[in-house]
Amino acid sequence: MQSLDVQKRSATTTTPPSVRVAEQPVAKLIDISKCIGCKACQIACMQWNDLRDEIGTTTGVYDNPMDLTDQSWTVMRFTERETADGRLEWLIRKDGCMHCEDPGCLKACPAPGAIVKYGNGIVDFVSANCIGCGYCIAGCPFNIPRISKNDNKAYKCTLCSDRVAVGLAPACVKTCPTGAIQFGAKTEMVTYGKKRVRDLVDRGYQKAGLYDPQGVGGTHVMYVLQHGDQPELYNGLPSDPKISPWVSMWKGITKPLLSIGLGLAVLGAAFHYVTRGPKEEEPGGKS
Amino acid sequence: MSVVMKSGDVPRYNASERVNHWVVAITFVLLAASGLAFFHPAFWFLTSLLGGGVWARILHPFIGVVMFVFFAVMAVRYWKENVIESYDREWNKRMSDVINNRDHNLPEIDKYNIGQKQLFWVMVVTMVLLLVSGVMLWRPYFADAFSISLIRIAAVVHAVSAFLLILGTIVHIYAGIFWVKGALRAMTRGSVSHAWAKHHHPLWYRRVTGAAKK
Repeated sequence: MQSLDVQKRSATTTTPPSVRVAEQPVAKLIDISKCIGCKACQIACMQWNDLRDEIGTTTGVYDNPMDLTDQSWTVMRFTERETADGRLEWLIRKDGCMHCEDPGCLKACPAPGAIVKYGNGIVDFVSANCIGCGYCIAGCPFNIPRISKNDNKAYKCTLCSDRVAVGLAPACVKTCPTGAIQFGAKTEMVTYGKKRVRDLVDRGYQKAGLYDPQGVGGTHVMYVLQHGDQPELYNGLPSDPKISPWVSMWKGITKPLLSIGLGLAVLGAAFHYVTRGPKEEEPGGKS
Repeated sequence: MSVVMKSGDVPRYNASERVNHWVVAITFVLLAASGLAFFHPAFWFLTSLLGGGVWARILHPFIGVVMFVFFAVMAVRYWKENVIESYDREWNKRMSDVINNRDHNLPEIDKYNIGQKQLFWVMVVTMVLLLVSGVMLWRPYFADAFSISLIRIAAVVHAVSAFLLILGTIVHIYAGIFWVKGALRAMTRGSVSHAWAKHHHPLWYRRVTGAAKK
């Protein structure tokens, strides 16, 4: 997307292209209370991105396919639960990349430019630069990226960066029949999400909430949850996702520190040679 | 046991040991180059040594297994001679004499000095850690078998172990090639001079030549 600013670029220590000042952060809002689980979004995603997953097998639940794959960038996660007053509650969460403001995948990626975060907040994998190491999987707090068995590149939801770049809404948003998926400027989506939360509170969902986890700097995909205090109910949505401290250690301070350490060792050796000199072989030794 | 060669040199490594060492050395260079490239973008250009980023990712683990196997042979060959003795500790206390090249009042040591012995054991430990953590990171073959939280720990273990191994090897290369003159030929031609052996490893010298202590 040459027409977009790049805010962050994997394995890059200089400033990426960023002259455009008017770019708006965007967001997708998924209102779980409005989702009917029709999977139209899965189909739209397949169609727009030319993906065709393998035909799986029925396992007795509505989840199909059972997990994200290199061909399925979004899947509906169905959770059946019994409420305190004995009612059945069906929680359906559209799973996929959350487009973190502080993306763990990008932090972990060793290949320059294989992962970029555009000025509008979309986190995108530039597959041509991907080397297939899978570090993005280790970096992601949401377990999203999947590596293709075909080309060993990592894939995930692009938030239809190609559509958004030309002013269109993502394919899943366009197709959603109930309006459960909304797309727009992040500020507007937050306002709209809060309105939806108030509505849910009025209707008895006292703990309804907007899921925009600050542990990853907020996300460009947000949820409206009926049970905002218990995100885990929604197929294990983490309540406080963060980049793992192990990943921060690995890709944070150790990177410059150990690199400088090695450089100093080489310099130290060279300076030892020019200040102290070698241990000469003693004369008298037959060579 | 008197094994003094006709040329009057003292044999230190036979042909098989030398080939073994250099296989480890070559694989180490390729691994350090590609590993550093994955570690910090400043080293990314080193991937070209293995044919680019994707090839570096593909080859790195296979080369790693070769290095581990050949190093394991070295570990079996040399571990007995790398047990740290009391005279090594004494030698260690005089490190400033060693660094400032005041060698004459150092205690007598055997085939390896304490620096070499420490490097040996650092290598034994880091090679094992690198193999175990490396298998856990190895895509597409093995990483899927491990949980993401384990893989994160493995990545840190791999990076820190590799750092220690590279650091030790920088010292090893400096000492073997530049600092201690007359040492490199032990690993290229297999032998050292009498004077070198007497000077640096007197206990070993008397052990292999049967020479009497002066």
